[in-house]
Amino acid sequence: MTIETWLQAAVADAERRGLTQAKRLLEGLASATRALRAADFNESASGHPHN
Amino acid sequence: MDILTIEEFSRRLRRRETSSSAVTETCLHQIGVRDGRLNAFISVMTDSARQQARLADRELSEGRDRGPLHGVPISLKDIIDVKGVATTAASRVREGHVASSDAPVVENLRRAGAVIIGKTNLHEFAFGTTSEDSAFGPVRNPYDENRSPGGSSGGSAVSLVAGMALGTIGTDTGGSIRIPAAACGLVGLKPSGGEVAIDGVVPMSRTLDHVGPIAHSVNDAWFLLNGLLGISSVRPLRPVEPSRPLSSVRFGVLRTYFCDVLEDDVRTRFENALETFRAAGGSVDDVELHNADHIAAIYLHLVLGDAAAYHAHTLETMPERYTAPVRERLEMGRYVLAEDYVRALKGRAALTRQVDAALTDHTALILPTLPIVAPPIGADIVPVGPTHQPVRNVMLRLTQLFNLTGHPAVSLPCGFSPGGLPCGIQLVGPRGETENLLRVALSCEELLKR
Repeated sequence: MTIETWLQAAVADAERRGLTQAKRLLEGLASATRALRAADFNESASGHPHN
Repeated sequence: MDILTIEEFSRRLRRRETSSSAVTETCLHQIGVRDGRLNAFISVMTDSARQQARLADRELSEGRDRGPLHGVPISLKDIIDVKGVATTAASRVREGHVASSDAPVVENLRRAGAVIIGKTNLHEFAFGTTSEDSAFGPVRNPYDENRSPGGSSGGSAVSLVAGMALGTIGTDTGGSIRIPAAACGLVGLKPSGGEVAIDGVVPMSRTLDHVGPIAHSVNDAWFLLNGLLGISSVRPLRPVEPSRPLSSVRFGVLRTYFCDVLEDDVRTRFENALETFRAAGGSVDDVELHNADHIAAIYLHLVLGDAAAYHAHTLETMPERYTAPVRERLEMGRYVLAEDYVRALKGRAALTRQVDAALTDHTALILPTLPIVAPPIGADIVPVGPTHQPVRNVMLRLTQLFNLTGHPAVSLPCGFSPGGLPCGIQLVGPRGETENLLRVALSCEELLKR
């Protein structure tokens, strides 16, 4: 799942559940997830460096 | 008011110049006079504290001495179980709860002779750094009542500053002991990961949670740590090299990333402290951590996921009982993907190796504790130099790493801003070597007091 797809689905779900600050908080989490996925300690099944 | 350390109280107690009952009454008086404003306590255990103090005095008069915590009034963060008393975690979610037994750390403290004076206010479920989102109202900083004392163990720190206890026990999942210690001018110790039992403590993240002391001095923190561990025969620490205290100490300064976002006043106090340590013979050089830029992302994914697992049921069944900001942030954890949680675990292992490596040729790592002075209550954003920073993120920035890696870390007071607000400096040692870290901290404390 891409971060963009995940964020869209998460915001929609959170708003449906009445979480008024969700969009701002989820955007912050998405930004952290982008950083996490870009880190050089991640591994890839291809055997090549992740990035 | 004059500061009374545990060390000094113990001396006076054994010279029969004071008693546990007398100092307990003084603490209870301070609570009565000041807690209406400061809001440090959730429950004050007046009757049982008086009873324990009388027992401590009687035992001493009969020749039974339990060690440095004998008869010492201490407060506990209200997230730690005390038999027969509610553990509220500062939340309405816990309404009706009464602990059925003492947490092991409380059993140990009682065995060491400590007098439990009450349970202190905190950020709800320890899930915040300011101690303002609490079902019992915000805790206020005695240095400026319009400011936060830091958190989440804010009530614990305030109980000490205001003379309501001689020592206090907090918990630290991302900095919750060290942050209020820095914001209130105290010593705060996060021991090594796994060193102190966390059973009987309401969790945020079982692998990041630590129990530890906040104290007026390094030696008091040492006494309290030993009390938590169930060790009663303990002597005060002595400096590494009394004549030239830091001649054998090599400090590694964490500068890149860690000193990128600092208030000017904090930076000045930090650089002054480094200069003091250099002048006392300490070797000081910079070290870098390769993945420092990823610390916050790694921490966030782990703590959110862990906290969400614990809170999922009550978030569904009683969401209205949480304070709104804590509820909304806990809900975020329910959206963390498993693959990202696993990435964060891998990042945690990488960071642990990097901190271990930095300590192979350094006695201790050194950095500020808190990039800012105590923030105003209610502030979401604070100015830091030319930037504006979210309060929670900036307050966790320098402490959360060592919850991930499990290295012991201690915050020491290192002076005041021109506005009279305390600043803190943080020392970090090898895992499992908390005593050695405190020995270095003792030398630093002596130098910073001069």
